[in-house]
Amino acid sequence: MIVEAGHFALILSLFVALVQAALPLAGAQRNDPAWMGVAAPAAFAQALLIAFSFGCLTYAFVTSDFSVAAVVANSHSTKPMLYKVSGVWGNHEGSMLLWVLILAVFGWAVALFGRNLPPSLKARTLGIQALISVGFLAFILFTSNPFDRAIPAPFDGRGMNPLLQDPGLAFHPPFLYLGYVGFSIAFSFAIAALIEGRVDAAWARWVRPWTLAAWSFLTIGIALGSWWAYYELGWGGWWFWDPVENASFMPWLAGTALLHSAVVVEKRDTMKAWTVFLAIVAFSFSLLGTFLVRSGVLTSVHAFATDPERGVFILVLLLIVVGGSFALFAWRGPQLTGGGLFRPISREGSLLLNNLLMSIGAVVVLFGTLFPLFAQVVDYKMSVGAPFFNRVFVPLMVPMIATMAVAPLLSWKRGDLPGAMGRLWAAGAAAAAAVAVAIAVATKTSVWGPIGLALAAWLAMGTVVELAERIRLFRTSPAESLRRLGRMPRAAWGMTLAHFGMAVAIAGMTGAGVWKVESIQTMKPGDSVNVAGYVYTFKGASEGRGPNYSYISGVFDVTRNGQPVTTLESEKRIYPVRGMPTTEAAIESLFLGDLYAVIGDPQEDGSFATRLYFNPLVAWMWAGALIMVFGGVLSLTDRRYRVGAPVRRRPPAAAQPAE
Amino acid sequence: MKRLVYLLPLLVLLVMGGYFVVGLGMDPRELPNMLEGKPVPDFDLKPIKGRDRGFRHDDLLGQVSIVNVFGSWCVACRVEHPFLVKIKQQGLVPVYGIDWREKDADAGPAWLRRFGDPYTLVGDDPQSKAAIAFGVTGAPESFLVDKQGVVRYKHVGPVDQEVWDNTLWPLIQELRK
Amino acid sequence: MTRLLLALLLACAVVLPAAAVEPDEMLHDPALEQRARDLSANLRCLVCQNQSIDDSNAELARDLRVLVRERISAGDSDDQVMDYVVSRYGDFVLLNPPFKLQTLALWGGPVVFLLLGILGLVQFYRRRAATAGAAQAPLSDDERKRLDRLMRDDAP
Repeated sequence: MIVEAGHFALILSLFVALVQAALPLAGAQRNDPAWMGVAAPAAFAQALLIAFSFGCLTYAFVTSDFSVAAVVANSHSTKPMLYKVSGVWGNHEGSMLLWVLILAVFGWAVALFGRNLPPSLKARTLGIQALISVGFLAFILFTSNPFDRAIPAPFDGRGMNPLLQDPGLAFHPPFLYLGYVGFSIAFSFAIAALIEGRVDAAWARWVRPWTLAAWSFLTIGIALGSWWAYYELGWGGWWFWDPVENASFMPWLAGTALLHSAVVVEKRDTMKAWTVFLAIVAFSFSLLGTFLVRSGVLTSVHAFATDPERGVFILVLLLIVVGGSFALFAWRGPQLTGGGLFRPISREGSLLLNNLLMSIGAVVVLFGTLFPLFAQVVDYKMSVGAPFFNRVFVPLMVPMIATMAVAPLLSWKRGDLPGAMGRLWAAGAAAAAAVAVAIAVATKTSVWGPIGLALAAWLAMGTVVELAERIRLFRTSPAESLRRLGRMPRAAWGMTLAHFGMAVAIAGMTGAGVWKVESIQTMKPGDSVNVAGYVYTFKGASEGRGPNYSYISGVFDVTRNGQPVTTLESEKRIYPVRGMPTTEAAIESLFLGDLYAVIGDPQEDGSFATRLYFNPLVAWMWAGALIMVFGGVLSLTDRRYRVGAPVRRRPPAAAQPAE
Repeated sequence: MKRLVYLLPLLVLLVMGGYFVVGLGMDPRELPNMLEGKPVPDFDLKPIKGRDRGFRHDDLLGQVSIVNVFGSWCVACRVEHPFLVKIKQQGLVPVYGIDWREKDADAGPAWLRRFGDPYTLVGDDPQSKAAIAFGVTGAPESFLVDKQGVVRYKHVGPVDQEVWDNTLWPLIQELRK
Repeated sequence: MTRLLLALLLACAVVLPAAAVEPDEMLHDPALEQRARDLSANLRCLVCQNQSIDDSNAELARDLRVLVRERISAGDSDDQVMDYVVSRYGDFVLLNPPFKLQTLALWGGPVVFLLLGILGLVQFYRRRAATAGAAQAPLSDDERKRLDRLMRDDAP
């Protein structure tokens, strides 16, 4: 009964979305306030209906209702409660439902927070948002209904892929979708602006917080996925340039570029068409990712629903949405001419340069990801793996990171590069020191180690220098500097933190990517192995049972120079429902690196296979990502971006000009 | 010129869309047959448990034959198996078996006892020696070999009546000429 | 029916995993073992489709790792080992695409994109300089009001 109610609510939401698309868009065209006024309540109703529907599916999973096909295929009665809930989105159908739920909730949020948007812009934005909803609701209802019944209902479910039974992966998809789908708002704003033919500072200011929110969510999502791979796959890898990872990385690159170009539109009233284009592209990459993952058009370990019929549906949807937007862009884009002039060496110029480098990076990732598909069409089967991306993408990022430190020190319109470089002497010194340290402590010689650390140091110190400049440190009284520090806008703090976080993350990626130390062997209890100066002593293994798995657990004592450091306990689990083993690596994060131990299979002579690692600076990656997200959130709380939130001295609603 | 730049994204998308449409109809997992037109690779497999004759590459000389890669662990092989038994009963073409990646040496022979043995010779390939030499990625896979011991065709997945009627049997008759 | 068979086939393809690079398959000579690791990192696991055989715990990946080590121990050069695997599975097994006619676009693409980007940037500044004198459309009253209000919000 509840299942039918959920299904019904979903069907109803499709009709609501149709109304929300049709009336406000037509109303904006006819300048009819009543029709435009439908948008906000419809967005509310749509979000409510889909939330109800999602609640019903969650109920079916939580109560292990095995008359529902999706529950049978992805759940099991013995599963812990957290994973019964996460099972809702651990499969194709449920994850699509989550996708549209987030889409609708974002739409509702625009209706809620966008009270002082011009009515026509608001109506159009919500209308476009609803059009996307219509497409995806239809996709769910016609090809991927999560409420389909299993007839006859089996006694128990088939369980979830045990790799997914993990807290990191339970929350990875929701954040990823919040990011992906969050870009739909910037997209809808962009389309609405193209229809209206107007992009100005105000528009940029409205788009920025939504983009910032989506970007923060996506950053968390990607970091969670990476973190999960790091500790779950059992050998310390964290990024594979897999098509599915690339699918999440491309919108991130485009979104990051969008955040920065929107600043230029806001401050300098230029780069408008480019910004609108980026807003379209960021969401288009999200849609492309959805298509790539769910159509099976590319080979991937991750693709969980490969079904040609669904693939065709999403492809058609993708071509309509993106094709329509690009067509509109080709038609209206040329009219979006900007005013503010600037020199190549200026704040705008450097932002534009980095926009370009990031965009080329995104295009290169797209190209590499899709190339096997292009080749296959001409009958050449090939693969494009991590070596290609590392070789091509990483060099592109070097000038980008280098510029990142300089850009905030250049003034708008016309910057003083020698002056900026002069003020960056501390950053240069830090970079040189980083190179020296990298060469001195390196266990392996590598070109990228020193380069990566140098860039990280350059950017970190450059960010600090910019902060010092801002508060006129040492150039005025300490009290004055402190006062300036206190009065710094949160958006400025946001930038400083995000850039600093990036620097920390780069250091982490460099360390983990270049200087990993690995030791694979068999060990008997009492055996010791020295890994990068840390002595791992195998204490022994024991067997046991978890809620829905059995495990072998291995204990390692770690010492350094005879001093105890920590005790690590790693598990190898076997889930009988799927008959699949997983490894639970034991990890101790130290400041300079992670101690990482994995217990393997017992050998015939009573010893165990063990894999022991020292992964330098890995924690810096997660810390860097967290700092970046914190910067994003801080920026989001900046009063200036709280569009429509009750602000002091807000003019009465009547003052809002009707357009 | 300026307009053209704005049109570029749409054009790129249309080209990509074309590739997607074609790509959707293709199976990205299916690999080309690298051995086509080349002699069967050298291999010398031990007999499966309970037999005294193994299977090696020169067993394939002098006749048109099929080399079938199977395993008792493989679900699709179960689907395919009755058809191979039928080929054997009708004496259409000799089928040689590569028993691939058995964890347990008894599993393969037990499987053949239970479902019937369509193979002229069977070799045991627990370490994928022959399977890798043939470029096998999954079971079942079947290779059509001509009288000179040259690989002519690869079929990925179960052989059934449809594949047989449309592809394999016409090819076999061709090769026998 | 075809779909069922495909599903069965895929079920088959997922061989039960063991752990990646087991101690018993490793070579005693560290130099040779390192070569084997480096080669394995560039060979694609055919069953999992998107990992290298060095990272994969699939059984076919294990057998390929063993094969790589056998060939290295037998004195094959790195190229000979890779050529052998490619002769069986095609360029598909190479995670690092080879330089050849079919991959010309792949390796050339990024360079072309970079050049196009730079060209676009140069064009942009040039055209900007050319139209620098052109008058700009003034703000409408509405726009000015709206902008003013936003600017007022800026004040602390």
